[in-house]
Amino acid sequence: MFEKTIKRSPAGVALDTTGAHPAGLAIRELDGWYDDSHVLHAVSLSVLPGEVVTLVGRNGAGKTTTLRAIIGLLRKKRGSIRFGSADIGDLGPRDIARLGIAYVPEERGIYARLNVLENLRLPPVLRQGGMTEAQIFALFPNLQERLSSMGTQLSGGEQQMLAIARVLRTGSRFILLDEPTEGLAPVIVQKIRDTLMHLRSLGYTLLLVEQNLQFAASITDRYCVLETGRVVDTFDNLNAHHAHAQLRRYLSV
Amino acid sequence: MSELFGVPMTALAGQLMLGIINGAFYAILSLGLAVVFGLLNVINFAHGAQYMLGALVAWALLNSWGISYWWSLLLAPMAVGAIGLVLEKFLIARVAYDHRYGMLVTYGLALIAQGLVRDHFGAAGLPYSVPEALRGGVDLGFVFAPYYRVWVVAASLTLCVLTYLCIEKTPLGANLRAATENGALAECFGINVKLLSTLTYGAAVALAAFAGVLAAPMYSVNPVMGADLIIVVFAVVVIGGMGSLSGAVVAGLGLGIAEGLTKTFYPPASNIVIFIIMAVVLTLRPAGLFGRDKG
Repeated sequence: MFEKTIKRSPAGVALDTTGAHPAGLAIRELDGWYDDSHVLHAVSLSVLPGEVVTLVGRNGAGKTTTLRAIIGLLRKKRGSIRFGSADIGDLGPRDIARLGIAYVPEERGIYARLNVLENLRLPPVLRQGGMTEAQIFALFPNLQERLSSMGTQLSGGEQQMLAIARVLRTGSRFILLDEPTEGLAPVIVQKIRDTLMHLRSLGYTLLLVEQNLQFAASITDRYCVLETGRVVDTFDNLNAHHAHAQLRRYLSV
Repeated sequence: MSELFGVPMTALAGQLMLGIINGAFYAILSLGLAVVFGLLNVINFAHGAQYMLGALVAWALLNSWGISYWWSLLLAPMAVGAIGLVLEKFLIARVAYDHRYGMLVTYGLALIAQGLVRDHFGAAGLPYSVPEALRGGVDLGFVFAPYYRVWVVAASLTLCVLTYLCIEKTPLGANLRAATENGALAECFGINVKLLSTLTYGAAVALAAFAGVLAAPMYSVNPVMGADLIIVVFAVVVIGGMGSLSGAVVAGLGLGIAEGLTKTFYPPASNIVIFIIMAVVLTLRPAGLFGRDKG
């Protein structure tokens, strides 16, 4: 049902549905502060277009902070963040969103004063190539049954799906997801895994934060390990056994 | 039955009608205040002065250019609302991060407006006659109901309902509700929360100015006509609950009626009954009757 031919550039990079070169993310020597608290130290990280990269690390390692820095919610920064050819380090969240980066926060951010349909339609369509509502309901049929419920009347799993669904309408192809499986039942986790795999097959670029290493292992191309605000290692997931051993080293898993 | 608890029915009906009219004004003004506080985090102390400016613009339109009341209902809110847009963008937006600055700045604006009007037009009221089409009234037997007052109640409540529907049922209203609940996340979706705040403030100011035009033929147009009203409106918003729009409207109407009834049965308390109710409500339900946690 979701078969789609992906156009590719001469270098093999999946082009987005407008035929444009999708953008990658390049963070170089990023320092970040919450007021006077120095929370990110010389973080360098790249995400190639079409990749799935997962940030891993213990609590407080700076994973969420890194995502917030990318989307512009962390204002006190030094260093370089480039999205495609644009330097986004000084931009606010609105401009960064309009460049094509979407954000699914850890707390999901479903609005209590909006019903499900209003929550879904809230993020404006920013560029061509986003999913239609029909496509979204095909992906998440259970949301279609709850359209008039208020946002927070949904279960945690439904809210997570709604949080993902609403950014798919916008046309943004680079999605930041902060702990998308946190606190969810295995059946829902599987559903989210399938959804993210589907997005990957369509050429979306995903940067995840995940504590659930089993989930991450099933979808990620690469890991980036953070410890106390620093990147201590990045390695790919080609050999899952090897990657798991690496993770165990850093995270005492 | 021509008496109720020792009070003649005519007096009761008259005070009730007055109470409903006052209640309608409380409702429309507290709605504007509540919306501004919800989105901009600003306690708009200038709201009463903006109501007064609406009445003043109506008077000026009539006296300088012969522009009728009906046109003023459209033009005065537009003019005062435009001033509100400018104020928000260049002044209020800068201080909105702290409640106290928001209060001080808007209070200062109110004093400036009232002072300028008093200097230019004097402290005594300026007369504004009831429009031709609404003169007279209908005798209901136990009370005489002037057409103009019926119109005021109908217009205010209609506007309250329209505002409520706009906020609760439209996509623009969804943006407003989302920005009020979590503006930072709304920005992450590409929504221009700053522009929304400016437009919302302008709309609330226009609403106050509209109420001012409605008020002009009933009360004389004077510099402090909003100042006394705004204190009561604050109490109404607190009672209704700062986060609730329907609460503001229901509380406004209810308290206007309560005030009217108090005037009938125990006049000495009529000035303070709303504040007594406010003290009771705050003790029992600090978030207001319909309030929700603004987080």
